[in-house]
Amino acid sequence: MSHPLSQRTRLLAALAVFAALVPLAGCGFSTEDSGGGSNDSGPEGITLYSGRIPAAIGPAVDSYEAQANRDVKVRFAETADLAATLVEEGDASPADVFFAQEPGAIAAVAEAGLLAKLPRDILDRVPARYRDPEGRWVGVTGRARVIAYNKDVVKESELPPSPFGLTAPKWKDRVGWSPASSSMQEYVTALRAKYGDDRTKQWLEEMVDNGAVSFPDNVTIRDAIAKGEIDVGLINHYYVAQAIGEEGPDYPVAVYFPPGGLGSLMLLTSVGVLESSDRKPEAFAFVRSLLSDKSQAFFTSSSKEYPLAKGARPDPSLSVPVDKIPVSDASLVDLKEIQGTIELMQESGAL
Amino acid sequence: MARSRPAPVWLLAAGALVGAAAVLPAAYLAVVVFGDFSAAMETALSSRALETLLRTAALTAAVVIASVALALPIGWLTVRTDLPGRRLWAVLCTLPLVIPSYVGAYLLVAALGPKGMVHDALGIEPPSIYGFLGAWIVLTLFTYPLVLIPLRAALRRIDPQLEDAARAMGRGPLEVFRTVVLPQLWPVIAAGSLLVALFVISDFGAVSILRFDSFTAEIYIAYQSSFDRVAAAALGAVLVVAMLLLLFASSRVRGARRVHRLGPGTLRPTQPYRLGRWRWPALGFCLLVVLVAFVLPVGVLIYWANKGISTGSTSWNTIAALGGNSLLIAVWAAAAGAIAALVVAALVVRYPSRMTRAIERLAHAGYALPGILVALGLVFFATRAVPALYQTIALLVFAMTIHYLPLAIGPTASSLVQLSPRIEEAARGMGRGPAEVFRTITIPLARGGVMAGAALVFLHAMKELTVTLILSPIGFKTLATDIWTQTTYGFYEASAIPALVLLAVAAVPVYLLSEQGAAPP
Repeated sequence: MSHPLSQRTRLLAALAVFAALVPLAGCGFSTEDSGGGSNDSGPEGITLYSGRIPAAIGPAVDSYEAQANRDVKVRFAETADLAATLVEEGDASPADVFFAQEPGAIAAVAEAGLLAKLPRDILDRVPARYRDPEGRWVGVTGRARVIAYNKDVVKESELPPSPFGLTAPKWKDRVGWSPASSSMQEYVTALRAKYGDDRTKQWLEEMVDNGAVSFPDNVTIRDAIAKGEIDVGLINHYYVAQAIGEEGPDYPVAVYFPPGGLGSLMLLTSVGVLESSDRKPEAFAFVRSLLSDKSQAFFTSSSKEYPLAKGARPDPSLSVPVDKIPVSDASLVDLKEIQGTIELMQESGAL
Repeated sequence: MARSRPAPVWLLAAGALVGAAAVLPAAYLAVVVFGDFSAAMETALSSRALETLLRTAALTAAVVIASVALALPIGWLTVRTDLPGRRLWAVLCTLPLVIPSYVGAYLLVAALGPKGMVHDALGIEPPSIYGFLGAWIVLTLFTYPLVLIPLRAALRRIDPQLEDAARAMGRGPLEVFRTVVLPQLWPVIAAGSLLVALFVISDFGAVSILRFDSFTAEIYIAYQSSFDRVAAAALGAVLVVAMLLLLFASSRVRGARRVHRLGPGTLRPTQPYRLGRWRWPALGFCLLVVLVAFVLPVGVLIYWANKGISTGSTSWNTIAALGGNSLLIAVWAAAAGAIAALVVAALVVRYPSRMTRAIERLAHAGYALPGILVALGLVFFATRAVPALYQTIALLVFAMTIHYLPLAIGPTASSLVQLSPRIEEAARGMGRGPAEVFRTITIPLARGGVMAGAALVFLHAMKELTVTLILSPIGFKTLATDIWTQTTYGFYEASAIPALVLLAVAAVPVYLLSEQGAAPP
C-alpha cells in the first residue's frame, strides 16, 4: 500500500522538531526593538501595559531606560482590552504602569480600585484640568476633536462653526463619524454636559437622518475623506497630521478647529500606576519621565499631539493654542456618564 | 456492535480533561454572569440583544448556505471530473482561507468600496458593499473552504462502487449525485457548515469594517465603550447557547447518516465525468471565485508591499523573527489540537452516549466566542490558579488550542465516521487491547482527517490576534500582531509585507489540505 502521506508526515515532523527546539532557546525569537522596551538595556525594571502603539511611545520609553538604567517591558494591545485584562488580573497583575489611549479605559481601571494615588509633584506637573481630581491618573498628551475635510472639495470658509451645523441639508450624505469609537463617545458625553440630553439627542438624530456615514475608527474616516468617499468627518486632529507627514503636503485632507461652542474638545491620553505594583518608586519615576520636557517634546513633534505638562510647547504645526481647546471635565469620564451616553446614542440610532 | 460498548476509562478521562480545558472561557462567563445575575439577564434578554441575535442568525444562515453552494460544485469539479488543471484549482480555491477576515474585508473595501480601486481603474461605481451584503460576501469568500476541504476529502474517500452500480442501472449523473453521492456527503457538509457558522458568530474584524451590527459588535460595545464586564459576559453566554443549538442541529444531521466503508484499502480511482463543452463554464466559475477571493486581495497586498519596500522601511530580519514566532505558536497549537480532537472524535463517534456527546459540546465552547472573551477567561483562571504560567508560551498555546479545537474535531470525526468500526473490532478480536487498537489501527487510518484538523488549527493560530496580544509573553510579537500595530495607525503599506509572509506560511498547510482531496497517485 503506497502512502501519499509519507512526504507530508516528514514535513510535519520537521516542523515539530523545529517548534520543539525553539522554546529551549528562550522565549521565542526576539524581534528588533522598534518600539521601546525589551532590549536588555539594564536590569529588569517596570512592566508597562500600553494602549498606544510602539511608534507613539518608543523613544519616550527608550529615553527613560537610558536615564534610569532599567529595562522596561511593554505589552501593546488595544486600550480597552488592556483595561479589561487589568480588571480580571486584579492584584495579580504583572503590570506596574498603564498608559491609556482613551480616557474611559483609565477611569474604568481607577474605578475598580486598581490605581495608586500619584505623588503631589507628578500631579503638579500638569494643569488641574488635565488630571484626575482624586489624583489616580494624569494626562500625558491631548488630542483635539476636530472636523477633517477634503480641501479639494470643501473650502474652510464653508464649514460650520460647530459640528451642530453638519446637520444642514448641504452636508447630507457627506459626513463621516465613528459612533463606536470611544473618542466620539466622549465627545457626545461632553455635549450632554454642556447642552443637556435633549439637545444632544436631537443632534444625534439629525445627524443620522442627514445620512452620516458610520466608520469603525478615526483612521478609516480619514482615509475615506482622502479617497473622496465622504467630504468631511469628525475625527481626532493628529491622524491627519500624521498622514501629511507620510504623504507630503499634497495630502488632500485638512483639519479645521470649529471655533463655536463645543466645536473642538481635548481628549487625554493618560497614565496611572497600579496599586498592586511592588515597584512603585520606579513606576512614578517613569511617569515623571513621560512628563519631562524631553518626552513631551518628542510626543508633540512626532505624533503632533498637544503636550500637557506645564511649560511644554506644542509643535509649531499646531496653530490653535492649547488653552483655546475646551477640555472635558474629569467627571465626564465617569463610567455612569459613559453608559448614559451609550444608551442615548443607541436610542437615537447612531449606535 | 461498538454502540453498546462503554468507552474505555482512559479515553473517557482524557476526554473529560479536554472538555474541562475547553470549557474554561465559558466557565469564566458563568462566574461573571452569576456575580450579578439580574443585570446580566437584563442585558441578555433585552430587545436590542434579541434583534442583534436575529440579525446575526440571518447572516450566519446566509453565509452557510452560500458556502455550501460554492463548495459543492468546486469540490465535485476538482475531484470527480476531467476539469483541466483540477489539482491547481483545488489549491487555488482553498487558499482564500489563509486571508484573515479583517484583512479580507479591508482589502475588499479598498478594491470594491466607494471610490475604491475598481472605481479608479474602470470608472464605474460598484454597488455598495457595506452592511449585510458585504459581510455576507466577505465571510463566505474567506470561510467557504472550511466546507470545501472536508467535502473534497470525503468525495475522494467514498466508495465508487455504489456510484458505478447506480450508473450501471441507468441513472444519469445528476440523479447519481443526488441519490448516491450527496447522502454520503451530508455528515461532512454538516461538520463544515458548523465551523463556518461558529466562525461567523464569533467574527468581529470583518463585520466591523463592513459596518454590519452583529452580535460580537454588541459585545465589543459592552466592554470597550461602557467597560461593563457583566454585560459583555452575558452576551458571550448567549453566544455559547447559540453554539449549543448549532451543534445540536449539526449532530442531528451527522448522527442520522452514518456511512462506513472498509478502510482505505479498497480505494480505487473512479472514472472521472467528462465535462465536454461544460468545462468552459466550469472553468469560468472557478476562475471567478479565485479572482475575487484570492487574486484581488493578494494583488492589493502586493501593490502595497511594493510601495512599502520602495520606501525602504522593511527589516527582513524582523520579519523572519516574527514569522518564527507565529510558526512556533501555530505548530504547537496544531499538535495539541490534533491530539485533543482525536480523543473527542473517537469518543463521540465510537462510543456515542450522553456523556461523550456532552464532552464534544463542551469542546466547542471556545470557538463560538470572540477572542477577547477567551483571553479574559484565561486571564481570570490563570492569574488565580497557575500564576507561574500566566503570559507564557505554554498558556498562549493552550489558549489557541481550546479556541480552535473544533476546527480539528470536525475533520477527525468525519474520517472516523467513514472508517468502519469493524476493522477495530477485528483487531480487538485478535487479542489487542483498546489502547493498542487506538494506536495501531484508529490513528493511522484516521490520519488524513487528523492532519486536516491540525492544518486548520495551524492556519487559524497563525492569523490569531487578540489572544496573542493579551496572553503572550511580554515583548513576544508575531506576524499578526505586527499587522495590527501597523494598521492601527493606517500604515497599510508597512503592514502588507508581514501580511504576505503570513499568507505564504499559512498557504503550506492549505496546499497539503487540498492535496488531501487530490486524485490517487
